[in-house]
Amino acid sequence: MADYQSYYVPEQSKWPIIATVGLGVTLYGAASIMVNSTQGASTSSAWFVFWAGILIMIYMLFGWFGSVIKESRSGLYSPQMDRSFRWGMSWFIFSEVMFFGAFFGALFYARVFAVPWLGGEGDRGSSNMLWEGFQATWPLINNPDPEAFPAPESVIGAWGLPLVNTILLVTSSFTVTIAHHALKADKRTKAKIWLGATILLALVFLFFQAEEYMHAYQELNLTLESGIYGSTFFMLTGFHGFHVMLGTLMLIIMLIRIQKGHFTADNHFGFEATSWYWHFVDVVWLGLFIFVYVI
Amino acid sequence: MSAVAGTHAQDQHHGPARGFSRWLLTTNHKDIGSMYLIFSFTMFLLGGTMAMVIRAELFQPGLQIVQPEFFNQMTTMHGLIMVFGAVMPAFVGLANWMIPLMIGAPDMALPRMNNWSFWLLPCAFLILVSTLFMEGGAPNFGWTFYAPLSTTYGPPSTTFFVFAIHIMGVSSIMGAINVIATVLNMRAPGMTLMKMPMFVWTWLITAFLLIAVMPVLAGVVTMVLMDINFGTSFFNAAGGGDPVLFQHVFWFFGHPEVYIMILPAFGAISQIIPAFSRKRLFGYSSMVYATGAIAMLSFLVWAHHMFTVGVPVAGQLFFMYATLLIAVPTGVKVFNWVATMFRGALSFETPMLFAVAFVILFSIGGFSGVMLAIAPADFQYHDTYFVVAHFHYVLVPGAIFGIFASAYFWLPKWTGHMYDETLGKTHFWLSFIGMNLAFFPMHFLGLAGMPRRIPDYALQFADFNMVSSIGAFMFGATQLLFVLIVVKCVKGGEKAPAKPWDGAEGLEWTLPSPAPYHTFSTPPEVK
Repeated sequence: MADYQSYYVPEQSKWPIIATVGLGVTLYGAASIMVNSTQGASTSSAWFVFWAGILIMIYMLFGWFGSVIKESRSGLYSPQMDRSFRWGMSWFIFSEVMFFGAFFGALFYARVFAVPWLGGEGDRGSSNMLWEGFQATWPLINNPDPEAFPAPESVIGAWGLPLVNTILLVTSSFTVTIAHHALKADKRTKAKIWLGATILLALVFLFFQAEEYMHAYQELNLTLESGIYGSTFFMLTGFHGFHVMLGTLMLIIMLIRIQKGHFTADNHFGFEATSWYWHFVDVVWLGLFIFVYVI
Repeated sequence: MSAVAGTHAQDQHHGPARGFSRWLLTTNHKDIGSMYLIFSFTMFLLGGTMAMVIRAELFQPGLQIVQPEFFNQMTTMHGLIMVFGAVMPAFVGLANWMIPLMIGAPDMALPRMNNWSFWLLPCAFLILVSTLFMEGGAPNFGWTFYAPLSTTYGPPSTTFFVFAIHIMGVSSIMGAINVIATVLNMRAPGMTLMKMPMFVWTWLITAFLLIAVMPVLAGVVTMVLMDINFGTSFFNAAGGGDPVLFQHVFWFFGHPEVYIMILPAFGAISQIIPAFSRKRLFGYSSMVYATGAIAMLSFLVWAHHMFTVGVPVAGQLFFMYATLLIAVPTGVKVFNWVATMFRGALSFETPMLFAVAFVILFSIGGFSGVMLAIAPADFQYHDTYFVVAHFHYVLVPGAIFGIFASAYFWLPKWTGHMYDETLGKTHFWLSFIGMNLAFFPMHFLGLAGMPRRIPDYALQFADFNMVSSIGAFMFGATQLLFVLIVVKCVKGGEKAPAKPWDGAEGLEWTLPSPAPYHTFSTPPEVK
C-alpha cells in the first residue's frame, strides 16, 4: 500500500443544511407564487420568500464551493478524492441526460403517436372521434381544440437563427477544448483568451435564443400555451437555455479562477468538470437542432 | 495515515460532536445512516397510520369514519410516504452504514453531499405533509398521480406536491451518486468487484437505476406542473397532447422504481441467509448477473402497468413477454437462496426468520406478478384489489421484511448490544401473521372484482375486508414493538461480540461492536 494516501473526510460542515433550507424556501416560495396567482391572490409575500431562498442558495454556493476550492488548493485532496469527483460529475451529467430524455420522449410520443392518432391514423385512430375532422400535421399548427389552445401561426425555421446558434455552440465546444489544452500546457494567457472566446460565443447564443423567443411570442403566437408543439418546443429549448446559462456562469467563474492564479497544469478538475458540462450542453443542443428544428 | 496537511486529518480521530449540531452538520456515514433509518421508521409509522385510517374505513361496508375525499388523500399520501419516505430512505440508511464497512472505506466518497441528501428528505416531507392542511386538501389522485386527475382535477396543493417530489429526487440522485462513487472508488485494496458482498453489488445496481430514472420522474412532475400552471398541453388532447403520455413517462420511472425498492433487500437477504445457514452463498456470480439482468429488463417493461389503457397489440405482446422474462433472473435468485439453505446448519434467529419469510412471501408476490403480467388476464385484474395484494406482497414481506432482517442482523454492530431475541421473534411472528391476514384476502377480493381506491364497497366483500382490517391493525400495532426493541438495544443489553453471528462473513465483522465512530481510516487488505 505504498501508494495509499489518506482519503480526506471533511469535518462537520454547515453548508449542506444551509443548502437544504435554501432549496426548501426557494421551492416553497415558487409553489406559493404559482398557487396564489392561479387563485388570483396576492403573490408579493410569496415572491419575497422565493428571493430569500435564492439569496440563501447564492450564499451557500459561494461558501460551499469556496471551502472546496480552499481545501483543494491547500493540498488536502488525493488522487483518489479526484476520482470521486470525476465519478460524481459524470453520473450527475448522466442524470441530466435522463432528464432531457423525458422531454425528448414526450416530443417523440406526441409526434409519432398522439398527434397522428388524434388525426385518425393507426391502431388508436378512433381518437379522431374526439375532434372530428382534425387533421394531424407536424409542426402542429392546427390544434384539436383551437379555442382552448390557440395554435401558432407558424414555427421557427431551422435554417435561420437556430443554424447560427448551432454553429456558435459547436464552435464553443472547440474553443473550450483549446483552452483546456492550453491550461494543460501551462499557457495561461492562451487559456484565458480561448476561454474568454467560449464565454463570448455562449453569450451570443443566449442573446439569439432570447431574440428567437421574442419573435415566437410576439409575432408567431408560438407560446407555451399553443398546444403540444409549443409545449415541447419551449420546455426543451427552455431547459437547454437554462443549462447554457448555468454553463456560462460556470465558465465565467473558471475564467476568474484562472485569472486569480488557481489551477495547475495537472490539477484543474473544476475547469475540466465545467468543460464536460459544456460539451453535454452542446450535445443536447445538437439533439434539439435535429429533432426540434430540422425534422 | 500519511502526511496530510492541516488539522483536519487529526480531527478525523475525534469522536462525534456534542449536541444537536452533531446531527445537523455531520459528515459521518454512520450518523447519516442512523438519521436515514430513524427518519424512515418515522415515516413508516406516519404512512402506517394512514393505512390504519384506510383499513378502519374499509372495516365495514358503507361510509363510517372519513369522507371519500379524505379517503383518497389517505391512499395517496400513504403510497407516497411509504415509497419515498419509508422504503427508499431505509435502504439508503443501510447503504450509508454498511457499504463503507463492507468495502473497507473510511466513509462515503462525498461526505458533505451525503449530509445534504439526508436533510433534503425531512424538508421534502414537511412540504408534502403540509399539503394535508392546505385549502382543498392534500393530493388525492393516488401515488401514481395520473393525468388528468393531477392536472385538470387536482387540488391546488398539487403544485406543492410537485416541488416536494423534486426535492426527494435531488436527494435520491445525490445519494445514488455517492453510493456509486464510493463503491467504484473506495474499495479496500484487493477487493475486486467480484469479491464485493452482495449487498454492495445490489446497491451499486440500484444506484444506477436511481440515477437513470429519478430524473425522468422529475421530468414528468415538471410536465404536470407546467400543465397546471403555465398552460402547456403535454397531457391534454385538446392541444395535441395525450394523458397516456403521462402514464408512459411515469412508468418508465415507476417500473425501475419497484426494483429500486427490492434489489437492496435481495442484497441484504443474500448476506443474512448464508450467515444463518453457515454456508457460503450458493451461486454468487449468478446472483450478480441476475441482479444486473433484472435491472436491465426493468427498463423494458413499463407498459405492463398500462395494458388496459389501449396500448397497441404489438406493444402489449412485447411488454408481456419482456415482463415474464424477469421471472427468470428472479427465479435464479430464489433458487440460490434455497440452495444456500439446503443442507446448511440452520438456526432461526430473528434476522433469519425475516429472511426465510422474505423468500417465501416475496415469491408469492412474484407469482401474482406473473399473473398480472399476462396481458389478457390483466384486463380482469387491472385496478382491483388483486393488484393491491400483489404489490403489498412484494413490498411488505419483500422490502420491509428485508429492512427488518437487516436491522436485526446489524443492530449488534451498530449499538454494541444484542437485541432482545424473544421480543424480536414476537415482533416477527406478529408481523408475519398480521401481514398475511391483511393482504392475503385481498387476492380473493380482487379476483371477485373489488376495485381499489374506494372508501365503500358492495356487501359481498364485507367478510374478507374485515379480516384484512383486523390483520392490518395487528401488523400496525406490532410495529410499535420494534421501537421498544431498538430503544432497549441502544440503551443496553447483552454485550455484542465483534461477530455475533458465527456464520457471518465480511469486513464489517472484523470491527469491534459497536463500530467506532471512524473506521478503516487505513484500508484493510483483502485477500
